[in-house]
Amino acid sequence: MLKNLEEVRVFMERINLTPGLAQAKPIRDSLKEHCGTDVGRCYQCGKCTAGCPVAFAMDYTPREIVRLLQLGLKEEALKSKTIWLCATCDTCSTRCPREVEPAKLMEGLRQEAKAKGLVADKRLDLFNDLFLQLVEKYGRVHEMGLILKFNLLSAQPLKDAGHGPGMFLKGKINPLPHTIKDNGEVKQIFARVRALGGEGK
Amino acid sequence: MKRVGVFICHCGTNIAHTVDCEKVAKTAAEFPHVVFSTDYKYMCSEPGQMVIKNAIKEHKLDRIVVASCSPRMHEPTFRKCMESAGLNPYLMEMANIREHCSWVHPDKEKGTEKAIDLVKMAVAKVVKNTPLTRSSIPIHKRALVIGGGIAGIQAALDIADAGYVVDIVEKEPSIGGRMAQVDKTFPTLDCSACILTPKMVDAAQHPNINLVTYSEIEKVEGYVGNFEVTIRHKARSVDVSKCTGCGTCWEKCPTKVASEFELGLGTRKAIYTPFPQAVPNKPVIDRDNCRYFKTGKCMVCQKLCPTGAVDYTQEDQLETIRYGAIVVATGFDLFDHSVYGEYGYGKYPDVITGLQFERLINASGPTAGKIKRPSDHKEPKTIVFIKCVGSRDEAKGKPYCSKTCCMYTAKHATLVKEKIKDSQAIVFYMDVRTPGKNYEEFYQRAVDEYGVQYVRGRVSKIYQKGDKLIVKGEDTLLGKQVEVEADMVVLATAMVARSDAGDLARKVGFSYDQHDFFTEAHPKLRPVETHTAGVYLAGACQGPKDIPDSVSQASAAAAKVCGLLSKNEMATEPIISAVNESICSGCGLCISICPYKAIDLKTITERVHGKMLERQVAAVNSGLCQGCGACTVACRSSALNLRGFTNEQILAEVDALCL
Repeated sequence: MLKNLEEVRVFMERINLTPGLAQAKPIRDSLKEHCGTDVGRCYQCGKCTAGCPVAFAMDYTPREIVRLLQLGLKEEALKSKTIWLCATCDTCSTRCPREVEPAKLMEGLRQEAKAKGLVADKRLDLFNDLFLQLVEKYGRVHEMGLILKFNLLSAQPLKDAGHGPGMFLKGKINPLPHTIKDNGEVKQIFARVRALGGEGK
Repeated sequence: MKRVGVFICHCGTNIAHTVDCEKVAKTAAEFPHVVFSTDYKYMCSEPGQMVIKNAIKEHKLDRIVVASCSPRMHEPTFRKCMESAGLNPYLMEMANIREHCSWVHPDKEKGTEKAIDLVKMAVAKVVKNTPLTRSSIPIHKRALVIGGGIAGIQAALDIADAGYVVDIVEKEPSIGGRMAQVDKTFPTLDCSACILTPKMVDAAQHPNINLVTYSEIEKVEGYVGNFEVTIRHKARSVDVSKCTGCGTCWEKCPTKVASEFELGLGTRKAIYTPFPQAVPNKPVIDRDNCRYFKTGKCMVCQKLCPTGAVDYTQEDQLETIRYGAIVVATGFDLFDHSVYGEYGYGKYPDVITGLQFERLINASGPTAGKIKRPSDHKEPKTIVFIKCVGSRDEAKGKPYCSKTCCMYTAKHATLVKEKIKDSQAIVFYMDVRTPGKNYEEFYQRAVDEYGVQYVRGRVSKIYQKGDKLIVKGEDTLLGKQVEVEADMVVLATAMVARSDAGDLARKVGFSYDQHDFFTEAHPKLRPVETHTAGVYLAGACQGPKDIPDSVSQASAAAAKVCGLLSKNEMATEPIISAVNESICSGCGLCISICPYKAIDLKTITERVHGKMLERQVAAVNSGLCQGCGACTVACRSSALNLRGFTNEQILAEVDALCL
């Protein structure tokens, strides 16, 4: 409760715009270069948020993330949960009247948040990494392996244990992973991304 | 020997601040042919002009260079000064050392250097100047107004009141235009028909106005004061001289089709007038839908017409009339919102446009003024209005603001609350723009007194659920997703140019912008003129406009027309293109490049090796040529030359700068 109150207080605090605004232009330029999106074009109509299927769970709406960036408050955007909740469904980008492409922006911000160690919820980061590890190894995701590893490493080993038998009997999960034909090609994709400077654990 | 005088203006400190004017004057004195050079604080002032006139007399100058501001500012001033000193006004050149130099260069030394170069060029050019004389063309005192909406009607009434004959050419069977479709007008809520109909009748009854309805412009030739316009009178199939407008024909006609005037919400007959107050109140037969024209049978209208006015054999007729001036007032179309998949591709019957809503609330509309949903004719209780549909949308629509939607949406919402007491009107908006007299007050009244709910955010999706329309948006002031279960949705669709606007502009010969709106000669100082002399603009064909703006622009255009028609003849600028026939090959490249349709081919006879030969060469129409110089650039044999800017003069400037 007290923690919540503290959060509310921080949230309601008046923001000093002066330092942020000095950064607004360089931030806009670097996002243009790295994500190919121009946050300066956004006129805050909210059409992105209005159609977003996950906005209900976000701490900032997609429109608010763009607003933070317009005001030069990039760290706030990088620390948000929003960028990790974005499902990249691209509805926002399809409907945006100013062609800002919020979905592309979210991906860019995720990469930067990870590089700077600002990921809002460590579990999100963990899930992301485990998911990709499995894809690299088997060419597709192994659901049971992912659930087990994620629950173990996020210190909640028995979280989904109750669902296990039922799902197994219905054939929804399998202790043994499936692989795909010619898994080597997927491995090559990962290798190439790393060679180009991408991350991967 | 040419005797050039050079006059350097300080323009107060505007020039002198960053250009050493004295130094420029001293340096200029050394240039070839310069016999006198001086500087003065304000060359354009009365004493400044005296300096010029005295120097011309004293030093026997035969041409001068004035180095000051842009020629757009003071060229006419100094030309007059030349005339009053007894010299040809075109033996004067201006060097722009203000806009092109002092205003843009902070460094005085370099600024001075550049000013010297600019003066040097002007001197080199003026030495090659030849005296030019203005000619004059007669003016035919009759005006043409294209488009019979409120702008066209107003322009015609003003011109006619000044005593000139005006023809209004309207492609629909009746004048009235968009304003006739509108129910009430903001910000006063007076009924549109009540203020428009008297004007329509005035136009019809005015002795100086001819209504030419159901007709289109076929061809425009000629130039200011002397346009030759060919008008196509579309076959009406009704002899207007016999028809009394009794209405028997359209009452008895068996064919019903969707009415264009009612925007698909109502029907009309195959023989019809667009609306009950039509002027002239004489019907036309829509041949595509008429049973007689489709099957050869029926003829009910002809049999029943008490005056025998129905004539199936009529054909389109062409008529050519001469006009001195043209006012273009062709109005606008509405943006087609079917490009918005998220709003239902225009397929939901209860998602309508603002103009359709006007018809729904109009007493003479398809529902006799009762607000009913098009789908099931139930009275809607919750109506959502969405602004900026197609406007301010670069992705799927137009980048511009349509200017009128904020106000008409406020009006619609107000009328909903007035007509359906227990209703809820919700307006999704991004900005509310109300810059007009009493506009902001009108909007505030909608919010304060009528309780219209404004939600800031663009709607992302509309879909049908049962008999409701679910409207999803974000309240951006709250930062929350919101949704409304609406009975009807009204889209404030953008105002766009008429689909055939480009064709008309090319026919008449004036320019239009990337959105097909007609381009004014200057956005601030010449807002009702086009770049083509004698052609003026009024109303929304020039850009989105509401009724007050359209009417003011129409009166302004009428004033311009009257100014032109009040003269018997007008002087033409001598800076126009001239053809050197001896080297013109008659290739015709200049004809296609000329934006003013000023060049034609003509046949000349010449003697070659003792034989008389005929060949074609370019001929410039001095009434049409605006002196843009495009043809001189295109001409491969340099047969075309712009007087006052000949190739020789331009090259002299280049030489002065580079050699």
